[in-house]
Amino acid sequence: MKQIEKELVIIGGGPAGLAAAVAAYDKGLRDILILERDVALGGILRQCIHNGFGLHRFGEELTGPEYAARYEQQVKERGIPYMTETMVTELRADRTVVARSAAMGIFEIKAGAVILAMGCRERPKGALGIAGTRPAGIYTAGTAQKFVNMKGMMPGKEVVILGSGDIGLIMARRMTLEGARVKAVCELMPYSGGLARNIEQCLNDFDIPLLLSHTVIDIHGKERLEAVTIAKVDERRRPIPGTEQTIPCDTLLLSCGLIPENELTAQAGVPMDRITNGALVDGDRQTEIPGVFACGNVLHVHDLVDYVSEEAAIAGEAAVRFLRGESKKSILVSVKTDGKVRYTVPQILTEAKDTRLYFRVSDVFRGKKIVLKAGDRVLLEKKTVKLAPGEMETVTVKAEWLSELAEGEISISLSD
Amino acid sequence: MLDGIIIGGGVIGGMVARELTAYGAKVAIVEKAHDVAMGATRANSAIVHAGFDAKEGTLKARFNVRGSEMMRDVCRELGVKYKNNGSLVVGFSEEDRQTLAELKARGEKNGVKELSLLDREALLKIEPNVGDGVTCALRAGTGAIVCPYELCIAAIGNAMDNGAELFLGFEVTAIEEKNGVYTVTAKDGRTLEASFIVNCAGVYSDKIAAMAGDTSFSVIPRRGEYMLLDKAAGGVITHTVFRCPSKMGKGILVSPTVDGNLLLGPTAENIEDKTDVKTTAEGLAKVRLQANEQVKSIDFSKSITSFAGLRSVGSTGDFIINVPRARFVNAAGIESPGLSSAPAIAEYVRELLMGEGIALKKRTDFNPCRRPMHEFQMMTNDEKSALIEKDPTYAHVICRCETISEGEILAALRANPKPSDVDGVKRRTRSGMGRCQGGFCTPYIVELIAKELGIDETEVTKFGGASKMNVGYTKK
Repeated sequence: MKQIEKELVIIGGGPAGLAAAVAAYDKGLRDILILERDVALGGILRQCIHNGFGLHRFGEELTGPEYAARYEQQVKERGIPYMTETMVTELRADRTVVARSAAMGIFEIKAGAVILAMGCRERPKGALGIAGTRPAGIYTAGTAQKFVNMKGMMPGKEVVILGSGDIGLIMARRMTLEGARVKAVCELMPYSGGLARNIEQCLNDFDIPLLLSHTVIDIHGKERLEAVTIAKVDERRRPIPGTEQTIPCDTLLLSCGLIPENELTAQAGVPMDRITNGALVDGDRQTEIPGVFACGNVLHVHDLVDYVSEEAAIAGEAAVRFLRGESKKSILVSVKTDGKVRYTVPQILTEAKDTRLYFRVSDVFRGKKIVLKAGDRVLLEKKTVKLAPGEMETVTVKAEWLSELAEGEISISLSD
Repeated sequence: MLDGIIIGGGVIGGMVARELTAYGAKVAIVEKAHDVAMGATRANSAIVHAGFDAKEGTLKARFNVRGSEMMRDVCRELGVKYKNNGSLVVGFSEEDRQTLAELKARGEKNGVKELSLLDREALLKIEPNVGDGVTCALRAGTGAIVCPYELCIAAIGNAMDNGAELFLGFEVTAIEEKNGVYTVTAKDGRTLEASFIVNCAGVYSDKIAAMAGDTSFSVIPRRGEYMLLDKAAGGVITHTVFRCPSKMGKGILVSPTVDGNLLLGPTAENIEDKTDVKTTAEGLAKVRLQANEQVKSIDFSKSITSFAGLRSVGSTGDFIINVPRARFVNAAGIESPGLSSAPAIAEYVRELLMGEGIALKKRTDFNPCRRPMHEFQMMTNDEKSALIEKDPTYAHVICRCETISEGEILAALRANPKPSDVDGVKRRTRSGMGRCQGGFCTPYIVELIAKELGIDETEVTKFGGASKMNVGYTKK
């Protein structure tokens, strides 16, 4: 087996991997290798041909491929090495990466540092436990997006969408523009998990009904999908008898959540956060295995790619500091949440510096205060108008609070 | 003219075809679906039963014990995954403890080896995750697991490699005999002639028998619903964990699969419609509930799919393997333990045909071996690299979750029996069978199938018929 050595290996050439590589290069590192399993760099952005990317990062509205191209260009201008159609099949705790490609066969890389940037996948139908038949015509929204945008093929003409995640909303519009009829978007929860702007621009603008507190309870059709039965659900998300309605359709698209692709992470024994389904990380986005960093959707699912790039840059720079022996772990403070705040990233703070905490809430909350505390001492209170699970929020922890605290925990919660 | 026609391309038809081909018969398998292994073979418990369950003296008992003994070698020859993981029947009460003792005694009469009764303490040493209410168990050391559709595909492929023919989409509508020659007619008008027929038509075997004038039995479909969990949840047990049996069959089981997933099910519900393989909310809830009683710490958040299969329950209570008229053999009512019995049933069918005067003699040029479908997966890294150097398509990973390359998919598309739909490729390679359930690889699989078959991508189906993956192009 061929063996090579690299200072920094980045697993994944999507928005996270590319931004991490650029940041590491600009910090002075040259010995970098990006490994990408698909035929080209760019990740899932390649199929996201709608606009709305880059408002925070570039101050303009780009399409997915345009956003990816900006970073791809930066990678190419800097001459950062990358391999496409190269699949990592194994990651060990000693930062050995095993991969395969046509040019190299099965090969092993001894890496000084590794950045995990594998992205996420969609929750499939089987994981939802919907009863009924198993005909053709049921796809996750992202698979349908690939068929439509990358291959110019139509998965179907009469569409019901289950789940109001952003890809589902985007595909409701896409399918409509391509001549399909989107009959309804059903959302199990009493609120949408997607961005408010997507509900406006992808559903309301096209008169597509969003049925909150509704789910699909039965699937009909033996060969091709013929209809779905939907029902309203109660506050415990159980279907309410008598509210069933059967909608004829040939396509059911699923947008019911994204799952970080952490099989390699788990294989390496990296401790995980059960809420994010990503690694536990510190402010550097370093996992509990030294020299292994994570960023982007493999760490926690983002709604805006702009935040992915931001997070990846943190990981990229931190990896260089790690390689140079400049990583400081001067404190050990863990961040606790109250359930209303579902999770934060990072979960652990190891340096006394201003650190932005990214977090999501578990429900729609109006008029709540975000409260940051160390023990009983209130560090920060921030008033909010509306918080929703679909939108990521941030709050900054000040360096002075951290150096004072040194060890222990801070808590983040919502209060009236 | 053919020597024989085997009606039904399931695991029984496949094993019969292989056996008869090995004995020099020129046979054709006719199958109404778009691929083989599409009936009960596609969706069952994937168990090689030890053989203590069937009543002594029945065909079920006889063929189960014999089939189970043969299975390891059959799988080795055919390159099919097989694992002797042992099985447990767990009991929850004093009554169950007695039933288990009776099962052990019955098993011993049936000739089953390696049976032992365990109390809770001994059980916990080998399976620490059995349910809290479990008090006793019967362990069968010879219990095993196998992949049923892989066995069927490999058996038919091996028969074809040795000269057998396969006709897909061949739904038999009439059987006639004239001057010692049977003519079998398909719905689309195709006909085949042969001197003998073997009826392995699963839930439809009563209909096929009736076409030949035998109305002595009927077959009802008994639906069983299953849940399948990701490999990440597969390590919770090593044995197949059955529940102490009741009148409706062996009850729910919790079992690892040969690929490392966790399989839960089946329910048992007699239904009317022989095509009804839908799952129900009640059925899946029942599977969950019972599975939790047998095994604790099952991580249901790792569920990747649920499905249902139909068992062929014959009206006699036993397998119906007989010769109702000259040179026409029934292998009907093959419900559990049908998969375990398949190699032994094939052997017996061959003996019955010899009894009918069909000249069958072991061929010297029969090659019993087939290249394993998962050959690449079993290679060392150096072997893989060497193959990639010769054929770079093996480096191109199509299915990420199961790490299946383009090379493996192309090999499957080119091996007998050739698949022509997405599910067929999935059953042969496991592409699309992982945790994302084809989310990423499906568009690539569609492309590879279209290219290999020389058809337009919009013509590619999930499993034949009207199950098209796409309805057309966006801007055409």
